[in-house]
Amino acid sequence: MQTLPKERRYETLSYLPPMSDVQISKQIQYILDQGFFPCVEFNETAEPRDFYWTMWKLPMFNASSAQEVLSEVQACRSTYPNCFIRVIGFDNIKQCQIAMFIVHRPNRI
Amino acid sequence: MSYSQTATKAKSGFQAGVKDYKLTYYTPDYTPKDTDILAAFRVTPQPGVPPEEAGAAVAAESSTGTWTTVWTDLLTDLDRYKGRCYDIEPVPGEDNQYICYVAYPLDLFEEGSVTNLFTSIVGNVFGFKALKALRLEDLRIPVAYLKTFQGPPHGITVERDKLNKYGRPLLGCTVKPKLGLSAKNYGRAVYEILRGGLDFTKDDENINSQPFMRWRDRFLFVQDACLKAQAETGEIKGHYLNVTAGTVEEMFKRAEFAKEIGAPIIMHDYLTAGFTANTSLARWCRDNGMLLHIHRAMHAVIDRQKNHGIHFRVLAKALRMSGGDHIHTGTVVGKLEGDRASTLGFVDLLRENYIEQDKSRGIYFTQDWASMPGVMAVASGGIHVWHMPALVEIFGDDSVLQFGGGTLGHPWGNAPGATANRVALEACVQARNEGRNLAREGNEVIREAARWCPELAVACEVWKEIKFEFATVDTL
Repeated sequence: MQTLPKERRYETLSYLPPMSDVQISKQIQYILDQGFFPCVEFNETAEPRDFYWTMWKLPMFNASSAQEVLSEVQACRSTYPNCFIRVIGFDNIKQCQIAMFIVHRPNRI
Repeated sequence: MSYSQTATKAKSGFQAGVKDYKLTYYTPDYTPKDTDILAAFRVTPQPGVPPEEAGAAVAAESSTGTWTTVWTDLLTDLDRYKGRCYDIEPVPGEDNQYICYVAYPLDLFEEGSVTNLFTSIVGNVFGFKALKALRLEDLRIPVAYLKTFQGPPHGITVERDKLNKYGRPLLGCTVKPKLGLSAKNYGRAVYEILRGGLDFTKDDENINSQPFMRWRDRFLFVQDACLKAQAETGEIKGHYLNVTAGTVEEMFKRAEFAKEIGAPIIMHDYLTAGFTANTSLARWCRDNGMLLHIHRAMHAVIDRQKNHGIHFRVLAKALRMSGGDHIHTGTVVGKLEGDRASTLGFVDLLRENYIEQDKSRGIYFTQDWASMPGVMAVASGGIHVWHMPALVEIFGDDSVLQFGGGTLGHPWGNAPGATANRVALEACVQARNEGRNLAREGNEVIREAARWCPELAVACEVWKEIKFEFATVDTL
């Protein structure tokens, strides 16, 4: 029997081991395949009610490949290595945010 | 102005007596109007009663008709107010069952009242002697009538925004044993479940305010548990605080208290408490930013028999009109009733904005919800980690998967049990997004995750042999 350690989590996919760039790229591809607009956002903290993280540039309305989006994730990561970074997705038909997953945490990796 | 395409002859004067319903209420040439409320009834007439008479009787008894003629019929314009049986289809494979389609003029119903709608349409007619059995299979609610209802307090997209949770089903767990825990012990169970990774815990429907645990004590300890788990995990947590009570005054008192202590969600039993109470509570929830989880105790009394009662898809539509952000739908794969195609049919009716007629899924009428918010489907009962791939595949993201025994029954306790479920869920979501087929590779996805997650590995050991394979009573 084991006691579950106390650990901070960051919503969707944060209970899985940190993703490689190849894995991140597949999740981005899913967002693109659904017709959603991907966006990268980062923040110094990750509190439960930090609804808005700072956007890295603008949502990528014209992204045609996962590689383009991944490049922005990588650029954000090298500029803000001590921030949390997640990829989110917008659906303009449902007029709402529809996807969100963590791609970088400062205290792990 | 003429209100109808059919004429009831009043000019000949009053003739007392009993006359066949079909003379007035069976109108096969009638084309339903966009503003009519349409009903599909499964009618089993008594021997010797022709289907047209049975269908007409249903239309009559659920609208303007009485068993005998009355002189005051002649003081009104029956053609404006009467229900009409406008089509009859024999049910394939059944000797004596017919789907009778009835159109009701909009003026028969009070605006914004689910209670009035049901009192009218299913109030008297189900005990009618000429029928052996009767089941309401579906209702088409016209946009003109829908627009008089508020509907769900928030709906799926607003709930996700409030909870900051996207791209996956939510996870819940009903605290057990359902009766007999003290408030403080109950709160401890809640904390352990939530810190392990579930989003919600739930009061059992039976938990209101009993001698072993009064409601106020429960609310306070549970809220403390939610806040602690939230602070530790960094994710928003909630517990469906059951505000169902013996009077509406008491119900609102509990709801107000839940709001005062900062709870994000409350729960209500909409069938036992009634449509009127539920609709009032849903309006209060929108005004006060409170999510509303709906339980459906008593539904199987009404919806389980194939030839009599009301199909759950109708009760689901009633809930979307009355208001609720979550509603239990059955699991398809767990211990409780539910045929897959028909369940997915009413799950669409709960979540989507426009649903096309599809009789293979039990959807008798095209339904346009006119932008009324959608309701999350809650799958609860007898499910565990091995069911996860099927649940993600069947219900998709806009659902709450409730693992009760499947969390609390973990050999290491609630928190590891919750982690096992969360890891299994996220492994399935990741695999699905990567293009893997959960129906085919689901077990492999779970096994792969169990290799690095000891909590999941243990859960996989406990539950792998358990199967529920009862034949479904209600097939299409």
